[in-house]
Amino acid sequence: MDERVEKILEGYEGKSIELIPILQQVQMELGYLPEQAMRIVAKFLALPDSKVYAVATFYEQFRFTPMGKNKVTVCRGTACHVRGAEMILEKIEDKLDIKEGETTKDLDYTLETAACIGCCALAPCVMVNDDVKAKLTTKNVDTLFVKET
Amino acid sequence: MKFSEIKKRAEDEWNELVQNKSPKIYIGAATCGRSAGALAVKQTFEEEIEKRNIDAKVIEVGCFGPCYTEPLVNIVKSDGSNIFYKNVNSKIATELIDNYILGDDPLITYALGSIGDVEIPGVQKLMETPFFKSQARELFHNTGIIDPSNINHYIAQNGYSGLAASLDMSQVDVIEQVKISGLRGRGGGGFPAGRKWEAGLVSEGEEKYVVCNADEGDPGAFMDRCTLESDPHAVLEGMVICGYSIGAKKGYVYVRAEYPLAVKRFNDAIKQAHENGFLGENIMGTDFSFDIECFLGAGAFVCGESTALTLSIEGNRGMPKAAPRPRTTEEGLFDKPTVLNNVKTFAYVPQIITRGGAWFAGIGTEKSKGTAVFALTGKVDNCGLIEVPMGISLREIIFDIGGGISDGGKFKAVQTGGPSGGCLPASFLDTPVDYDSLTAAGSMMGSGGMVILDETTCMVDIARYFLDFTQKESCGQCTPCRVGTKQMLNILIDITKGRGKPGDIELLEELGNTVNNSSLCGLGQSAANPVLTTIKYFREEYEAHINDKACPSLACKELISYLIDEEKCKGCTICAKACPVDAITGEKKQVHVLDQEKCIRCGMCFEKCPKKFRAVECVPGRVN
Repeated sequence: MDERVEKILEGYEGKSIELIPILQQVQMELGYLPEQAMRIVAKFLALPDSKVYAVATFYEQFRFTPMGKNKVTVCRGTACHVRGAEMILEKIEDKLDIKEGETTKDLDYTLETAACIGCCALAPCVMVNDDVKAKLTTKNVDTLFVKET
Repeated sequence: MKFSEIKKRAEDEWNELVQNKSPKIYIGAATCGRSAGALAVKQTFEEEIEKRNIDAKVIEVGCFGPCYTEPLVNIVKSDGSNIFYKNVNSKIATELIDNYILGDDPLITYALGSIGDVEIPGVQKLMETPFFKSQARELFHNTGIIDPSNINHYIAQNGYSGLAASLDMSQVDVIEQVKISGLRGRGGGGFPAGRKWEAGLVSEGEEKYVVCNADEGDPGAFMDRCTLESDPHAVLEGMVICGYSIGAKKGYVYVRAEYPLAVKRFNDAIKQAHENGFLGENIMGTDFSFDIECFLGAGAFVCGESTALTLSIEGNRGMPKAAPRPRTTEEGLFDKPTVLNNVKTFAYVPQIITRGGAWFAGIGTEKSKGTAVFALTGKVDNCGLIEVPMGISLREIIFDIGGGISDGGKFKAVQTGGPSGGCLPASFLDTPVDYDSLTAAGSMMGSGGMVILDETTCMVDIARYFLDFTQKESCGQCTPCRVGTKQMLNILIDITKGRGKPGDIELLEELGNTVNNSSLCGLGQSAANPVLTTIKYFREEYEAHINDKACPSLACKELISYLIDEEKCKGCTICAKACPVDAITGEKKQVHVLDQEKCIRCGMCFEKCPKKFRAVECVPGRVN
């Protein structure tokens, strides 16, 4: 892991304004931000570990536990909410047997929610990895999952 | 290359496309189109065309607005017939190739409308349909029409002419046009853009910045995303003009990481602008140099606030700075003078320069000039991205453009301004849509989210929903916002769960006013608005929840009951089998009984009861 982080850092100058872009790239590479990776980034930018941790924990995008192979993001925007997003979320939680923010034991799925993914006209929607699935109902939500879990 | 030559080259490319004899198939493929399946449709067209060696062109364009018709495909033939097809899938795409591209049958059952001079029998004129009729597509003059990844398409629509003209004008004259236009900040604040730019110009300092706020975080809003995806160069050009007018050399676009396509489109636009000499050193041969960088927001709603946003770019936690503090135009990004505007504010500027500030000022009302852009969603038939002249009534937007309430429902409220805004009831339907009227009514213009609520939406639940959002997004540095929103949320949860107490409404009002009056930044100062407006206009719903333990909208699970109608129940056993907690008992062909003690009100019985019986009903309140 250390080498993978070091490799990313080669593309940066070491200025503190690069902190967020670096964390984003590290997370893209590793799927999450392990403590050790944050320490390496802190050293590279000559920042206290606490500063890196403070920034990382402030933003919704960063996660500190490994991701499942597939990411399911339930949109909780207003349009989705009034069209039943909460029921969709419950149904998916039942189906995968995990709660929002958790990952299935077999590491197949991670379930997250987003404030709004911006496809309000197609509400309610869920993102599976980078694909937006539109106009879901409690009946067709099962079709999102390729294999039974 | 001189700009006139670049423009000529772009116009030649555009004319070659437009005048070309082969049919052209334009596919709307912004994020909303893609989620409806636009890329699969595009693939079908491309594969069929290649397989059968057909002479036709497929062009990917951005969002044209009517999201409810996605995937939207526009076919233009050499005789000038120009038809938009709605909800196209791969099957319809193949049919269109067989019958219309290769034949003469325009398959009018799939058509949404036509534009241009050629009449197509049986197809209505698109711009005369209710969705488009009251709209004024000024900001969106390019969206859904040009290929957003092709700078020449943009240039051919008079793009970068505003920049060219600006560079021939003095900085003061450019700002004067923006001032004359009356353009106010489209992020929701409504501060006059010209005055902000002027403050940026007069602020002392060698180093200045232009920042574009594309951290569109309001749930229910997607205007900025569509603008960036469908016409990125307009935003970019507006930023360069701003940079010139205030004397900045560097600009940042702060865009949500959740908008990958918008980021890609904008980064591509930056690259193309460099290649054409519209960005970088000595822009268009002048001594003005300017560059733009995309900064990916990592997901924090509070970063829409200007001081939080600049702190975030600097690599910090995005916690707004306390007032009193210098204005951003004096001390902004890296403590240097900074002009920060919303995506749409910048995107209007190129046209304000080419068509003159007076053109823009000629649209709209006395104090709110130009057009307003809304993401119209919720319980309306025609969801979409719309652009209307300021001053239009809410009624026209909801019932004409939006086509009324979906599923034959009844209008209850309109929510604007997202978590900072409010819910207005039917008595405000004739309110003109402009900054001041909406604020006076207790809501706000906001950045453009407009969510329509019908009678199935519980207003207490909506208030709880928004407060849940703000409470989670509160940065936590000031007590009224951090603690106040949490306490209000707890009370609202109690009310929706049937644990409301007399006095809760008054307590919410008191807390709400405290949070609004004493929070540090805009997020906290408006956090209570959804609660205060719903109490103001829908107090009886709160009272029903607290006093009668009933949810009149049948939305709060704890405050409703399902009943089996003895007269209608035929004993088919479907509901009993569907019930996850075995609350329903009854023999076959015998009337079934629902045990209210066991019932978790999941609604499965209601959903599964065959339509021909409709024996299960849902009523407000708890039945014992």
